[in-house]
Amino acid sequence: MQITVNGKSCELEVDLRTSLLDLLRDHLGFTGSKKGCNQGACGACTVLADGVRINACLALAVQYANRSITTVEGLAGGDGLHPLQQAFLEHDGFQCGYCTPGQLCSAVGMLDEIGRGVPSAVSADLAATQFVLDGDELRERMSGNLCRCGAHNGIVEAIAEVAARAPSRPAEQAA
Amino acid sequence: MTPFTYNRAADVPDAVRLAASQAGARYLGGGTNLVDLMRERVERPPALVDVTGLSRGIEALADGSLLIGAAATNTAVASDRLVRERYPAVSRAILTGASGQIRNVATVGGNILQRTRCTYFYDQGSACNKREPGSGCDAVGGFNRNHAILGASPACVATHPSDLCVALVAFDAQVHLEGPNGSRQMALEALHRLPGEQPQIETELQPGELITAVALPPLALAARATYRKVRDRTSYAFALVSLAAAIDVGPDGVVRDVRLALGGVAARPWRARTAEQALRGRTADAAGFAAAAEAELAPARGLAHNGFKIELARRLITTTLSALAGGAVT
Repeated sequence: MQITVNGKSCELEVDLRTSLLDLLRDHLGFTGSKKGCNQGACGACTVLADGVRINACLALAVQYANRSITTVEGLAGGDGLHPLQQAFLEHDGFQCGYCTPGQLCSAVGMLDEIGRGVPSAVSADLAATQFVLDGDELRERMSGNLCRCGAHNGIVEAIAEVAARAPSRPAEQAA
Repeated sequence: MTPFTYNRAADVPDAVRLAASQAGARYLGGGTNLVDLMRERVERPPALVDVTGLSRGIEALADGSLLIGAAATNTAVASDRLVRERYPAVSRAILTGASGQIRNVATVGGNILQRTRCTYFYDQGSACNKREPGSGCDAVGGFNRNHAILGASPACVATHPSDLCVALVAFDAQVHLEGPNGSRQMALEALHRLPGEQPQIETELQPGELITAVALPPLALAARATYRKVRDRTSYAFALVSLAAAIDVGPDGVVRDVRLALGGVAARPWRARTAEQALRGRTADAAGFAAAAEAELAPARGLAHNGFKIELARRLITTTLSALAGGAVT
């Protein structure tokens, strides 16, 4: 199968039973994405598939043939840090760091969803076209990512700072 | 996981043909439930037919209904402008379920056909008539806080875990099916079976039948409907009890129409027709709502740990209808 990971095209043969997470970690060496629960409950494996956040552990790799995956290694697009990575550092958005790659990829996908006007369970008005990322919205939208160190307050602060700095997402600008 | 073959269906006829040509084949949507169950070896399909490439469109039809392709993702349906305007409770039901990551890949068809999250069903060391017919049910005498209070049997007390389906059955959704013997439609309410003595048979689907779409008929009061979900934590948890509700009260204070469906209480999304019947033509007040809820829950039976669901469901119906009739609910 062919799959593009962090902008690089890869050709490989895999057992059909291989999950996208195992493909990334064990076959392609992108060990940034982590295996926590391996059943979709913790979010440590979150990656972006064509820009959309998904749980790599629940995905069969073969379903993502010819798709483009971004892992935490590809977020910054170079040797520097993505603004979210920098904000996580500044706000103590982690302790052990195991959930962090998933938190980061999930936050990038979540901010894009906000930009596209995707509502959440706590959005009061479904008729709205844009949603303000206040604390309740942010916590609800990030509920698929657990941090067992309990760094959630720092995570929320880090994401909120980046969201406030760049309120306009690409999808919004295009609309 | 046991080995399997994998084929990506090009279109609906191709999907049905691929499934019919391989005994025991299963249709694969986003995989968020089936892949997990395969990893646990609860599901061991020898063949997968990937149907995520089939219709994911959401289309307003001339007769006023909304046709949702079975491959549409949860996020796409919940975000859709027409769904949010005409059936906001459908959006809300989806958004209270799972996580953002899961909603981005989980499909409508997969949501309808997802399996119970009963822990005894997942645990190979436990007896489960659904997983291993005839082996018994460890949930009946086990830890059953999340289990069914309506329509259960001594053979199985599992619940259907979907939020989306609860809103869909409240609004008379029809499922479009395509199978080896042609196409047909049926009410979603009639799709899921109660366990009886054969809890391993969960739906009325014929072998090889594929859900291709869900149709929501025009229903004016659905635009003012809501979905409420009670659960152990405020996000990313299955329902203890949930409710999709819509009510139309005339200027004389009499209930003209009402739609109610409960989640988390039975092996299928539970359309509360007894309560609806008790309410139509009656005065819309708290006493009437409570009496209707009482009538609906009259056949409910609690197990050792889930008896609280009966009172919880009663109160959820009464308070939600009171709020809706007062116009104060989103």
